[in-house]
Amino acid sequence: MSGPLGKDLLGLEPLSGDQIRLILDTAEPFKEISERAIKKVPTLRGATIVNLFFEASTRTRVSFEFAEKRLSADTVNVAASGSSVSKGETLVDTARNLEAMRIDMVVVRHGASGAAQFLAERIESNVINAGDGTHEHPTQGLLDLLTLRDHFGKLDGLKVCICGDVLHSRVARSNIWGLTKMGARVAVCGPRSLLPNAIDGMGVTVFDHIEEAIGWADALNVLRLQLERMTAGYIPSLREYNRVFGVSRERLERAGRDLLILHPGPMNRGVEIDSDVADGPFSVILDQVTNGVAVRMAVLYLLSGGRPELAEAAKGGGGAAR
Amino acid sequence: MSKLILLRGGRVVDPSQRLDAVADVLIADGKIAAVGARVAEGAPGAEILDCAGLVVAPGFIDVHCHLREPGREDVETIATGARAAAAGGFTAVCAMPNTDPVTDNQAAVGFIVRQAQRADAARVYPIGAVSVGQKGGSLAEFGEMVGAGAVAVSDDGKPVASAHLMRTALEYARTFGIPVADHCEEPTLAQGGAMNEGLMSAKLGLKGIPSEAEEIMAIRDILLARRTGGHVHLCHMSTRGSVDLIRWGKERNINVTAEVCPHHISLTEDAVDGYDTNAKMNPPLRTADDVEALRDAVKDGTIDVIATDHAPHHYDEKEREFADAPNGIVGLETALAVNVTWLVRPGILDVPTLVERMSVAPARIFHLPGGTLRPGAPADVTVFDPAAEWVVEPARFRSKGRNSPYAGMTLTGRVHFTLVDGRVIHRAG
Repeated sequence: MSGPLGKDLLGLEPLSGDQIRLILDTAEPFKEISERAIKKVPTLRGATIVNLFFEASTRTRVSFEFAEKRLSADTVNVAASGSSVSKGETLVDTARNLEAMRIDMVVVRHGASGAAQFLAERIESNVINAGDGTHEHPTQGLLDLLTLRDHFGKLDGLKVCICGDVLHSRVARSNIWGLTKMGARVAVCGPRSLLPNAIDGMGVTVFDHIEEAIGWADALNVLRLQLERMTAGYIPSLREYNRVFGVSRERLERAGRDLLILHPGPMNRGVEIDSDVADGPFSVILDQVTNGVAVRMAVLYLLSGGRPELAEAAKGGGGAAR
Repeated sequence: MSKLILLRGGRVVDPSQRLDAVADVLIADGKIAAVGARVAEGAPGAEILDCAGLVVAPGFIDVHCHLREPGREDVETIATGARAAAAGGFTAVCAMPNTDPVTDNQAAVGFIVRQAQRADAARVYPIGAVSVGQKGGSLAEFGEMVGAGAVAVSDDGKPVASAHLMRTALEYARTFGIPVADHCEEPTLAQGGAMNEGLMSAKLGLKGIPSEAEEIMAIRDILLARRTGGHVHLCHMSTRGSVDLIRWGKERNINVTAEVCPHHISLTEDAVDGYDTNAKMNPPLRTADDVEALRDAVKDGTIDVIATDHAPHHYDEKEREFADAPNGIVGLETALAVNVTWLVRPGILDVPTLVERMSVAPARIFHLPGGTLRPGAPADVTVFDPAAEWVVEPARFRSKGRNSPYAGMTLTGRVHFTLVDGRVIHRAG
């Protein structure tokens, strides 16, 4: 089956602005389901979904699972540790085995860039990329877009700076594609050792100083700094990182205006972001988490063949046109 | 009565004697007997191979391939590799020593020589390791390996990381008159890299290998060749910067030669899009600008030879996540067609220059027999149609490897006959 998004959601790069807008619009009616006392609609009743996580994840896995369960899908969680190589079974064999169980969808997280596409090309089920290596994390990008749109009312013309370890961030790539396709202006800021050399070619501005980024942006999306970047020699110390690139209240106050603060989590408080910013009045970090469930419900609904114009009705009780 | 073969009416292209004319080639007793218009008259009863409309050239020589035996006979053997070579028009290939065990001693070299004799296809010349076990520590026994049949030394697959080791290898190799072939890769820069570092690697989220990883080692090797007077041969050059550095070295008469692979003059990093593991090799596919520089360098001779870096892998090994897939593609059976399609047809190389880069120059720089159709030379001959189109179907390869980025493409240039010592070892089906 192939709906308005095609068979799979592998990244935001292959999507058009219209497709992204469709997902965000479809997420709107689904938000309300999570506010009900009985958080369940029968939309995906009878659908079988495997959450295949080759990397540890709490937030994303739980968010997907809630999205699936609130749509009444049958879900199975598979936590496969390590890469397929160390596990002994190849990814293609894993895929074939799942396919043989006649599943409808796979939500996959994997440490290798391209793993979701690899799977999608080899099975007929819908594949949703829940993060592949340092490539993309499209549902995170979508929930960031939804959160920004909720707050600013639009994305077109918005100035968003992605701060930190862009080089190793799938969240950054999905945000860059999603935001630029929706007409936002995107910048990145971080030590050059943590920015891809060819980042200019992706249509973004680069700021070497966090003060410049804060002076320019309407919103900051602050990336998690993986602690192992220090031992791998990309930065000298977390302490210095915080002093040079950390998003602090002092730095934000100097801008003289309010910036919206996003963070995909989990946070390293006191490293890339100070606690009084993360917990401050302009932080929408928990709104992002709430929106994550709605966006994932929208993606599941659309990929399963649900018609966008029926999303409002679907949540009331009718099944998707599956 | 000696066995006579007449290659009749082809366009004989032999840059070693500045020959490019329609002529017959007469072969007697495995050697070239005569080349000319009327040689047939003196050869009644000769077996005749009709070469009208075809190019008759000295046999192609590949100075860089991986035949996987010993160690990975499931992937390729010397016999299947030598047959794949013959099908690709190669009358001789040089086998890299990254086998298991490593070809780093005279017994291992002798094994390859014997297996090649049994295969009875293209000639196979072993290349010995630079260092024992290719570990980058102490020198392997160049003298004994040369005595057993090695024609060069290389730690290919791995760079010679130590500048001191490279220096002593270049010095020590002088006694034996052999080139030291280096896989130029600065290991700390290239570590973990899966493709060219650039916009495509940034988009795909794959760790890149910057051009400088190759160029730093290329200039190191050139400078050490200057210091030592040894002959350094730079394997599979892939960047514009490397071309500039080689040019710099040659202008100063430094003893440096270089090769380029067909894939590096035909494909760019864009082929990796979609995580196609058949576009994964090391050095990686680079940018259009690099491709342009490499084509120019093949044309003007800055790059001496075209070599395949034929690297068969089991399909299971390529059927996996991009970062985990092994490097390399098969190349023996597509090399001519890729070169014709991307160099000759667009007018970058004429046919004589192509033959120079695929036959004459490899023989010259690796001091190998062949590379000429002069009377008296071994009758190693390649006959090909430079205009014939064919579709690449890996399932039909003689190689055990199927890992080709050209699968399904229509290419131009097809081998008709390959002869070694006057015996037809391949005939187009």
